[in-house]
Amino acid sequence: MTEISTDTRSVIMEREFPHPPERIWRALTQPQLIQEWLMKNDFQLLIGHPFELRGDWGSVACKVLEIDPNRTLVYSWEANGLESVVTWTLVPLATGTSLRMEQSGFHADHEQFYQGAKAGWPRFFASLEQVLGRLN
Amino acid sequence: MAGPHDMLFATLADPTRRGIFERLCHEGEQTVHALTAQAGVSQPAVSKHLGILKQAGLVLDRRDGRETHYRARPDALAPLIDWTGKMTGFWRSRFDELEDLLKRMDQ
Repeated sequence: MTEISTDTRSVIMEREFPHPPERIWRALTQPQLIQEWLMKNDFQLLIGHPFELRGDWGSVACKVLEIDPNRTLVYSWEANGLESVVTWTLVPLATGTSLRMEQSGFHADHEQFYQGAKAGWPRFFASLEQVLGRLN
Repeated sequence: MAGPHDMLFATLADPTRRGIFERLCHEGEQTVHALTAQAGVSQPAVSKHLGILKQAGLVLDRRDGRETHYRARPDALAPLIDWTGKMTGFWRSRFDELEDLLKRMDQ
């Protein structure tokens, strides 16, 4: 049995692109462009806007949580009954842009984004760690 | 991302079910009666939740006379722990697509 550590609860991907932040921002926020690299969608660049990403295997329910043009985009990501938060960060470089994506599933510091019952997940995982620790 | 673990996520998304499962993990085997005493919901509701947990492979039951005993199967959580691995693969391929798109936008 694998141990659940805090680190394994978020997925982080970072890549440098030889393009300005403005171009990447467009790819992240324009529905027809999002469709080309991510999924079909009804995204709108509006705080609180609920949108859906539709893939062959099912759909993801999302909501825009934070917008800082050309710098930060945050949305919730709920699939299979599991809610997570996806944070995009764009950092301008001399040669282009560093793009970072973090999807956090169960961090206690994201509890503010969970509503009602969903706040139970971080506590559940904390408690589960103890159980799995005993199994090892 | 789709697959057999969908059911696991959906099953544990319910706070009452998660609570019952958590209790079985911590306290070991329990009867439906003992679980009902602390769950804050009716016995039929607890039985229904246990049925769903059983279907997802999260609990095992054992009949002893008139009582059914339930115990947790923490091993069934493996796909949940594997979530980050699956998502990492997903995002890596999305980043590749994004890279292609950005090149096309350049032209």
